[in-house]
Amino acid sequence: MGRKLLTEHINVEGINTFEVYRKHGGYRSVEKALKTMTPDEVVEEVKKSGLRGRGGAGFPAGMKWSFLAKPEGVPRYLVCNADESEPGTFKDRQLMTKLPHLLIEGMITGSYALGARTSYIYIRGELLYVLRILEKAIAEAYAAGFLGENILGSGYSLDLHVHPGGGAYICGEETALLESLEGKRGNPRNKPPFPAVQGLYARPTVVNNVETIAAVPVIVNEGGDEYAKIGIGKSTGTKLISACGHLNKPGIYEIELGLPVEEFIYSDEYCGGIWKGRDLKAVVAGGSSVPILPKELILKTAAGENRLMTYESLSDGGFVTGTMLGSGGFIAMDETTCIVKNTWNFSRFYHHESCGQCSPCREGTGWMEKVLHRLEHGHGSMHDIDLLVSVAKQIEGNTICPLGEAAAWPVAAAVRHFRHEFEWHVTNPKEASAPGAVYRGAAVLA
Amino acid sequence: MAKITFDGIEVEVPDGTTILNAARQIGGGIVPPAMCYYTPLKGSGGKCRACLVKVSAGSAKDPRPMPKLVASCITTVQDGMVVENTINQQVMDVRKGIVEMLLINHPLDCPVCDQAGECSLQDFAFEHGVSTTRYEEERRTFEKIDIGPLIQLHMTRCILCYRCVYTADQLTPERVHGVLGRGDASEIGTYIENIIDNEFSGNVIDVCPVGALTDKTFRFKQRVWFTKPVDAHRDCTTDKCNGRVTLWYKGKDVLRVTARKDAYGEVKEWICNTCRFDKKETSDWVLEGPAHISRASVIAQNHYELPVVNPQVIQDLPESTTRELERNPPLRLGGLNN
Repeated sequence: MGRKLLTEHINVEGINTFEVYRKHGGYRSVEKALKTMTPDEVVEEVKKSGLRGRGGAGFPAGMKWSFLAKPEGVPRYLVCNADESEPGTFKDRQLMTKLPHLLIEGMITGSYALGARTSYIYIRGELLYVLRILEKAIAEAYAAGFLGENILGSGYSLDLHVHPGGGAYICGEETALLESLEGKRGNPRNKPPFPAVQGLYARPTVVNNVETIAAVPVIVNEGGDEYAKIGIGKSTGTKLISACGHLNKPGIYEIELGLPVEEFIYSDEYCGGIWKGRDLKAVVAGGSSVPILPKELILKTAAGENRLMTYESLSDGGFVTGTMLGSGGFIAMDETTCIVKNTWNFSRFYHHESCGQCSPCREGTGWMEKVLHRLEHGHGSMHDIDLLVSVAKQIEGNTICPLGEAAAWPVAAAVRHFRHEFEWHVTNPKEASAPGAVYRGAAVLA
Repeated sequence: MAKITFDGIEVEVPDGTTILNAARQIGGGIVPPAMCYYTPLKGSGGKCRACLVKVSAGSAKDPRPMPKLVASCITTVQDGMVVENTINQQVMDVRKGIVEMLLINHPLDCPVCDQAGECSLQDFAFEHGVSTTRYEEERRTFEKIDIGPLIQLHMTRCILCYRCVYTADQLTPERVHGVLGRGDASEIGTYIENIIDNEFSGNVIDVCPVGALTDKTFRFKQRVWFTKPVDAHRDCTTDKCNGRVTLWYKGKDVLRVTARKDAYGEVKEWICNTCRFDKKETSDWVLEGPAHISRASVIAQNHYELPVVNPQVIQDLPESTTRELERNPPLRLGGLNN
């Protein structure tokens, strides 16, 4: 069993209250940072830790922090992105529900490091009950003197606010999030300028995922070097993986990066294998927007090496034979899964969630969904399959924000690896569109 | 100042200029198309992706190419930047794709559309599109909405460029229309019909690149290529309106009044609704002469008829013009036009 840095005390009774959390070593990082470290030293520790953004892109958090512009006399902001709404990803929700004080502790330490005097947690609109948990925890932190004026007598003051979104996936894109936080329509902004220069209210802003911020207290307590010892290469530390789909034990696991994918799926410590004794067909390893991989390619890379749960290993082979660690939404599909139907379902989501601002994504997501719907329901033709690839290509890389890619990648990858299955839907429309119908031929591996 | 190379042509522009505006300084066929960007509107651009170009060298200091195509309308130039537009096949292919995306939910009702002949989407599709469609599904449609007594919104034709939203936002004190919904279900809307009554609201018609916002006093009156643009002005009493307009004549009648547009279809001086909708007699105006129309435009194919109502005008015309008109009378359509 790997080390648990974030979730060690997650099942302790009453850990969501300040008292119990404090008793289990909570808020030590705030004391340590505010009393013994300068803000730059905290940033330096995060840099040393090699911590990478846990929201999906995997950008080094310390580097992001050091990019923050610091003009004199201009306020800066730390914003926590808690708009977790990627299908298959549900780690942040659990973390905030069970350990609200861990996030708050991370926000205080992080805000101190960045010199922010007001910070925000932007939470997904559907998670109103989590918002209440956070607000209660924030009130406790204020009462205990960890928030507000002159924290622990250090002279540093911080206000922390929780703000609910309206329930839009696009508001998880950092600039759309900032627009929404400002009270505007959640359309992603054109970049540059980047948030580090002009973010919230046109001030320098850092936007970090919940899990990224929750890792900060651990890094400050144990030291960046110690944190970096866990993991492999540039994938350091632990990562929460929300495993779902046809698994014996779906759930949220904190793994040390570097765990073999095979062990994660089949070992009893983790997911315990595929349910009902069935065979694994495919895996979406990092939330619905990353390319889907057939069983053979998710367990072993094209070169025959064991696939590991790291940023590098999962993306080995690029998008031809690889995928991404993404946000850690691990969706396993057994042999009875219809890939066409599944792709259509993902596509429907992106069609629904496109903000409609730029034309390739606005028009293309709907188009792909309609073509996939046609294929799934037995009305497709062979050239529809190529059409899908072509439309996906027309969207990819040409949009304002990454939602276009998020919509295009799963479609392109599904056609790449499961083209026979799409063709089977065209040649056997009646059979394929029947409920529960599934193609059992081999996947395309290269 | 920054010196950039655009499609192999060097041009020097002030710092902070966008790639698109630098290209416009060169002019001609190499200028990227712009469906959403509108120079006078702050914050516009970046949405339609029609103007994507390849930056093959970021700057003299950092000559690495930019990884993705960039929207030339919002990307500012750097000294030593090398940009490829028409000479880059990837750019051309992507542009073709953008045309396709913009057209799949467009009704293609050009035969009955008032914008036909002066429509940016029509021109864009003509230059970069293909003549067939791969889209078999039902197109998105909306009901027509009157968003004011004088303006009609035909959302089905809209390409969601946001220009009218910015116009309403920046020109009128209380913005009453914006974008509702999201994705391909998003629409320009006022939420409550007939609410736009601002004195400058008519400008949304001029900024609309397609026929989504139309002038109700002009709808279905005439094809634009049978009308003749004449620059004119009046002493307008409305605050912030200088009364400099283009009148569109059919025979002796002023069919519509618009603001004056430059070669890229951009309005530099906004006009008020009084000038636009209420002053449709030649006697209301002091005529300045035919408006310049690009030879490429279908409107230029028409012959100028002389709007002979204001005697002052004839007096002011050079003798050569009057003689020419006498010798070679303007084309008349089967007597319908007398």
